[in-house]
Amino acid sequence: MTLETLVFGLVALALLGGSLGVVLTPNLFHAVLSLAGALVATAVIFLLLDAAFLFAVQLLLYAGGVVTVLVFAIMLTERLIGEHITQTNRHVVNGAVMSVAVFVGVAGFIMRSNLTAAEPAPADRTVEIARAIVGPFAVTFELLGVLLVAALLGAIYFARTED
Amino acid sequence: MAAPGLSAYLVLAALVFAIGLFGVLTRRNAVGILLGIELMLNAVNINLVAFARFEADLAGLIFTLFVIAITVAEVGVGLAIVIAIFRVRRTVDADQLNLLKG
Repeated sequence: MTLETLVFGLVALALLGGSLGVVLTPNLFHAVLSLAGALVATAVIFLLLDAAFLFAVQLLLYAGGVVTVLVFAIMLTERLIGEHITQTNRHVVNGAVMSVAVFVGVAGFIMRSNLTAAEPAPADRTVEIARAIVGPFAVTFELLGVLLVAALLGAIYFARTED
Repeated sequence: MAAPGLSAYLVLAALVFAIGLFGVLTRRNAVGILLGIELMLNAVNINLVAFARFEADLAGLIFTLFVIAITVAEVGVGLAIVIAIFRVRRTVDADQLNLLKG
């Protein structure tokens, strides 16, 4: 039992626990806190996979930015005190059957396919990422800038008041 | 016991994806549905990074960055729509948002 296996097991447990908390807790605010935990666990998994730069991006953008915005949205649309925030699930059995079917399908495919690991990548690839973003993926990168501006304008348009 | 291989990461991601799907299908609150979508996108990111690590392919890391950026845009627009709906209907319950129902 190597150290990597131990850490992987612990992080996987944290990730699955956080994910279950997101979909099962009745209190929506607690669900967002569980999502933050799951996102941090995912960041640690990126670290296990030798992607240190993505670890930082995940923590900054996801666990920092997205969770903050989600908390704001909940505070604007729900009363934090009182029973209004309590959310129940509907069609639990149907949803569970559907999710288990999807998981069994995907996991069965993974188990049946003969995955042979190639040569492991070199440890730190941040420089290669930077070169690829301004090289072969430059057009996609610029398009993402356009998308973010469009999303910003769209969000302002939807959320503005009428006057 | 060897270090966890590609299959372990893929199965973990599939589990997270299934949990997120369950949330999307069963949550009543529109923000809760968005949380489920976040989980599913996160599972896909784990897959991409795992393939980038074990297949020594840089594209997985780049795609993960792009997915994260697109998720940020999606959350911004999605929550703006939720707040706009809440202003008009005073609810974000997905079962009551049936304006387009024939």
